[in-house]
Amino acid sequence: MKGLVLSALMGIAALAAVLVGPGPATAGDLSPAVPHAKGSQCVEDPAVMRRNHMDFLKHQRDETLRKGIRGAKHSLKDCVTCHVQNGKDGKPLPVNAEGQFCESCHSYAAVSIDCFQCHATVPGTEKTASR
Amino acid sequence: MSHDTTRRELLKGAAAVVTLAPGLTLIAPAAEAAPTAGANPASRWGLLIDTSKCDDGCTACVDACTAEMGLGGHGRPLTDAQYIRKVTVRDPKSGHTHSLPVMCQHCAKPPCVDVCPTGASMKRADGIVLVDRHICIGCRYCMMACPYKARSFAHEDQTGQKEHNPRGKGCVEACTLCAHRVDAGGQPACVEACASTGKAAMLFGDLNDPSSEIARRVAKEATTRIRADLGVDPAVRYQGI
Repeated sequence: MKGLVLSALMGIAALAAVLVGPGPATAGDLSPAVPHAKGSQCVEDPAVMRRNHMDFLKHQRDETLRKGIRGAKHSLKDCVTCHVQNGKDGKPLPVNAEGQFCESCHSYAAVSIDCFQCHATVPGTEKTASR
Repeated sequence: MSHDTTRRELLKGAAAVVTLAPGLTLIAPAAEAAPTAGANPASRWGLLIDTSKCDDGCTACVDACTAEMGLGGHGRPLTDAQYIRKVTVRDPKSGHTHSLPVMCQHCAKPPCVDVCPTGASMKRADGIVLVDRHICIGCRYCMMACPYKARSFAHEDQTGQKEHNPRGKGCVEACTLCAHRVDAGGQPACVEACASTGKAAMLFGDLNDPSSEIARRVAKEATTRIRADLGVDPAVRYQGI
């Protein structure tokens, strides 16, 4: 009887080992796979951006729309320009598409993004971008 | 700590580069951004439209606006967004007809701003009247208040927006006098199109700047404003109506 219990426990342990994977190397790696940006450095430290980007964007949107102040650093347009990825056909993929920069993290954190109901999800063409 | 020092020095270096060449900042690290001063309260942007030059069949301004602002319609002219439209007026006595473009008149005393319950309808310091769609609740009170029928409502989900004109379902929208172009030193898309493919009936400029062409012409020539009797002081002036 004791032998049976022991073998059953060992079986469960083996199954658990398979499910978890090869040890603690991947145990801490549950963060979302976020595509790399084009630029070398973000406008703020990445840790600051992760926590505060929504406040930066909300502050600057009012400055831009209501006061006409343009070209400040916390621009949603610049986020999209820098973080957009190109698809296999060479065309930019929307930043809120599955697995893309904005969506991958927001999906992980279970927070919906409202920006892109209205805002463009891919950078503008050369003509509009130069303005 | 050493990481912090390195970053600080990097930023200092970046700032020095900016002082030398402020135009060369595309993907700018923290210290490089040099925002513009914003809307100038001394300015009053306006339009002068010579209706005698405006052809009945010409829709260059309307087409340019649709393309510039990304206003793809749904084939429903009564409810599709329209920032500028052509209006044909006829004198019943003489039968004389002519055509003119009508858009947001960017009033100095805008009724849409007066009635907005959330503060979404607003007037910039330089006189451009805008809808802050971040806080617009879509009540459409402003659409009823506007004497010029200048505002539209987005009834449906939108796709393919231009990056300088975010627009979505449930918000009111209207002519922005191409604020994104004006802030970059340009002029509205309709004025540009009228000059290139139309008959150059539209003139854009600062009504408060005595040296501007629009101010000189307004001071010298007879101009009218639509429904001037309402006292809302529009920034769009017409000649020939």
